[in-house]
Amino acid sequence: MERLVVTSSPHTRSRFTVNRIMADVIIALIPATLMGIYIFGMRSAMIVAVSIISAMVSEALFQKIRKQDITLNDLSAVVTGLILALNVPPGAPLGMVAVGSAFAIIIVKQIFGGLGQNFMNPAMAARAFLVISYPTMMSIFCDPMITAVSSATPLAVSSCTPLGIMAAGDYANLPSLWETFIGTIPGTIGETSSIALIIGGIYLIVRKVISWEIPVIYIGTVFLLTFVLDGFNFYLSLYSIFSGGLMLGAFYMLTDYSSSPVTKKGKIVYAFGAGLLTTLIRLYGVYPEGVMFSVLLMNVATPMIEHFTSPKIFGGAKR
Amino acid sequence: MSLLSFKGGVDVSGNKEATEKLPITECPPPERIFLPMRQHIGAPAEPVVKVGDEVKIGQVIGKAGGFVSANIHSSVSGTVKKISTKKIMGTDTVLVEIENNFEEEYLELPSYKNSIDDLDTAKIRELLAESGVVGMGGAGFPIHVKLSPPENKPIDTVIINGAECEPYLTGDHRLMLEEGAQVVKGARLIMKSLGVDKAYIAIENNKPDALAAMREHVKDEDGIEVVAMKVKYPQGAEKQLINAITGRYVPSGGLPMDVGVVVNNIASAKAVADYILDGKPLVDRVCTVTGSGIKKPMNVRIKNGTLLSHIAENADGMTEDFVKLVLGGPMMGIAATELDVPSTKTTGGLLFLNEKDAKIPETQPCIKCGKCVEVCPVFLQPIYIARYAEKGLYASSDKYGALDCIECGACSFICPSKRPLVHNIRMAKRKILELRKK
Repeated sequence: MERLVVTSSPHTRSRFTVNRIMADVIIALIPATLMGIYIFGMRSAMIVAVSIISAMVSEALFQKIRKQDITLNDLSAVVTGLILALNVPPGAPLGMVAVGSAFAIIIVKQIFGGLGQNFMNPAMAARAFLVISYPTMMSIFCDPMITAVSSATPLAVSSCTPLGIMAAGDYANLPSLWETFIGTIPGTIGETSSIALIIGGIYLIVRKVISWEIPVIYIGTVFLLTFVLDGFNFYLSLYSIFSGGLMLGAFYMLTDYSSSPVTKKGKIVYAFGAGLLTTLIRLYGVYPEGVMFSVLLMNVATPMIEHFTSPKIFGGAKR
Repeated sequence: MSLLSFKGGVDVSGNKEATEKLPITECPPPERIFLPMRQHIGAPAEPVVKVGDEVKIGQVIGKAGGFVSANIHSSVSGTVKKISTKKIMGTDTVLVEIENNFEEEYLELPSYKNSIDDLDTAKIRELLAESGVVGMGGAGFPIHVKLSPPENKPIDTVIINGAECEPYLTGDHRLMLEEGAQVVKGARLIMKSLGVDKAYIAIENNKPDALAAMREHVKDEDGIEVVAMKVKYPQGAEKQLINAITGRYVPSGGLPMDVGVVVNNIASAKAVADYILDGKPLVDRVCTVTGSGIKKPMNVRIKNGTLLSHIAENADGMTEDFVKLVLGGPMMGIAATELDVPSTKTTGGLLFLNEKDAKIPETQPCIKCGKCVEVCPVFLQPIYIARYAEKGLYASSDKYGALDCIECGACSFICPSKRPLVHNIRMAKRKILELRKK
C-alpha cells in the first residue's frame, strides 16, 4: 500500500473561512449601500465602484511589485474599498476616493504586513487621511435628496448634518428622529441609515463574524454618557446614536479584527473607551463628529488593552 | 432540564450517524495477536512468558513494570510464537506474538459476583491492580493508580464519562445502550474503592437513548445520578467535565483528585465490573470503525493485539480513495503510519478517511479574529502562544500559559485561516519543558 497521510491533530477543520467572513461583511453592508444609493443617487454607486476597484488594484500591484502571492481572493480588499466608500460624502470627487482607497490598502494595510497586521482600521485611517487632506471635499453633505452634482457647491458645509446642526445649537432645524433612523439625512454614503446598518450588524452577530460586545457596549456607552452629560434628554441621546458615523463605526469599523482586542474583557474596555471618547469629542470638542478619532485612538490602544486583560487561565493564577 | 456545560468550546459536526444505531458486533478472532507491552501511560509491562508457552485467555503475558503500569493479558488461547521489538509510532515496543488455537479457553479467575458486599476498598484496589484496566477514553492511565489517591486528597465525587464528544465515535454510546447495567456496577465498585457516595454518569445530550437507558439502570441506585451535558466539544475533557458538573476548577498543573474528583470512562467502568464480578481481565474492547475510507462502518469488539489490517478487513476493507487512518477521533486522534500494527486497550476508534475528508485546507495569514481565544476551554490565547512559538520565542509562549493547553484542538478547528495552532502550541510545550530541564 502507498504511504498513509500523517498529520497532527485535529484531522478535521470547521467550514469557517476568511472568505466566508469577508463575504458576510459584504453581504451585511448591502442594505446600507443600497440605502446610500437610493438616498444620494447613482453617483454613490460610482463612488462605491471606484473605491473597491482602487483597493483591489492597489493590493494586486503592491503584492506584484513585492513578488508576493496576490490575495484578492480573500475579499478583504473589497471589504476595505466598500467600507471606505461608505465613509465619504456623496459629492466626493472620484479621484479623491481612489487615492483614499489606495492609501487604506498600501499605507495602512500592506506596509504593515497585509491582512491581519494593520494596527488601525484601514478604511477609518483612510477617512482620516482624506478629512485632513481634502477638508472641503470631505464635508459636502447637504441636501441628501438632490443629486450630489448640484450640491457640490463651495457653500455646502458640514453644519447641515444633524451633528453639525446640534453643534451649532440650531435645534429647530434638526431632522426628525425617524429620518435619522431611516437615513434620509445628510451624511456620508453609508452612515446615515441606522436601520440598514443595524440589520447588517445583527446578521454579522448571528453569523458569528463579530461578537455582540463591541457594538452593544459602544452604542450603549454613547447613549448613556450623552444622556448623563447632555441634560438627561432621552430624545437627544437616542438622536446621538442614530446620527453621524456611529452605527457604521460600531458594527463595521470598531470590530475590525486586527485592530481590536481578542480578549473578551479587552473588547469591553475597548468599546467603552471608544464610546467615552466619541461622546467627549462630540459634546466638548471642536469637531461635531467623534467616531473617527475615537476608533483610531482605541485601535492604537489595543495592544495595551490586550496586555492588561489577559484572561485568567482555567484553574490558574492571572498572568 | 437545563444542560450542564463549560465555558468556551466549539460545535463539531457529529458524523455519528454512520454507526450510532449499529449494535456492537464481534470481530472474528485473528490467527495471531501481537500484544504490545506498552498500552498505557507509565512503565511498560515486562513479558512473563517464553516462546513456546501455551497460554489461555486472561493469562498474564506482561507483568506491570511498576506501580504506574498495568498487566497485559492474553486475548486468545494458543502458543507464544515470538517476542520481539518493533518501532510503533516512533517508539520501540516489545511485542509478544501469540498464535491463536481458536479454542477460546479462558483462564479461571476468581469472581466476586456473589460476594460484592465483602469487598472493601483495599481488596478492590488490589484486584484492580491486577485487572489490566486502564483509562479507555484514550489516555490509558492505569485505573488502580487513579483509584489510590494520597491520604491528603480526599475524594468525594466520581464521574463516569460517557460524553463521547469526539465526532464519529459511538462505542461508548453503544456500550451504555447494550451493557449499561454492567457500567453502573462498575461505577458502584469504583465508588466503593474510593469510599465515595456520589457519582455522576455524564452523557452528551445527542444520545437521548443512552440517557434514558442509563437513567433506567440507576433508578434504584443511591447516589448515582445521570446528567445530560450540552453537545459541545470538548465536553468530555476531564477538567471541563468536572467543571461543568461540580463547578470546580482543577488547578493549573493539577489533577482531578486535587478537587476531590476521579473521572473514569464508560468503557473503563465496565471493564472494572468485568474483572471483579466476572473474573474477566481487560482483553478486548469496543471500537468504532468508521469514516469515508472504510466500506462497512461498525461498532465492533476487538481482541487486544489484533492487527488494524485485520479489523479493516472485517469491515470489508478500505475504499479505493482511502488515504489516512486516525487512531481515535478526528479532534485528538493520532494519524497511524501503517496498518500492520496491533490494537491496544485504548483503540476506541479507527477513523478511515478518504482523500476528500483527509484534505486539510491551506493555511492563510492570521486575521486576528480571536475565535481561538473565544473557544479555548482553558481560557488561553492560542493566537499568541502559537505566534511566539512560530518565531521560536518559547519563553513568551510559556508566559501565555502554553503548558496549560489540553491539546483539544478546538483552536485549530475553528481557525478561519486554518492555522495549525495546537500543533505549534504542542511544539512550544515540548521546547518549554526541555528548557526547564536544563
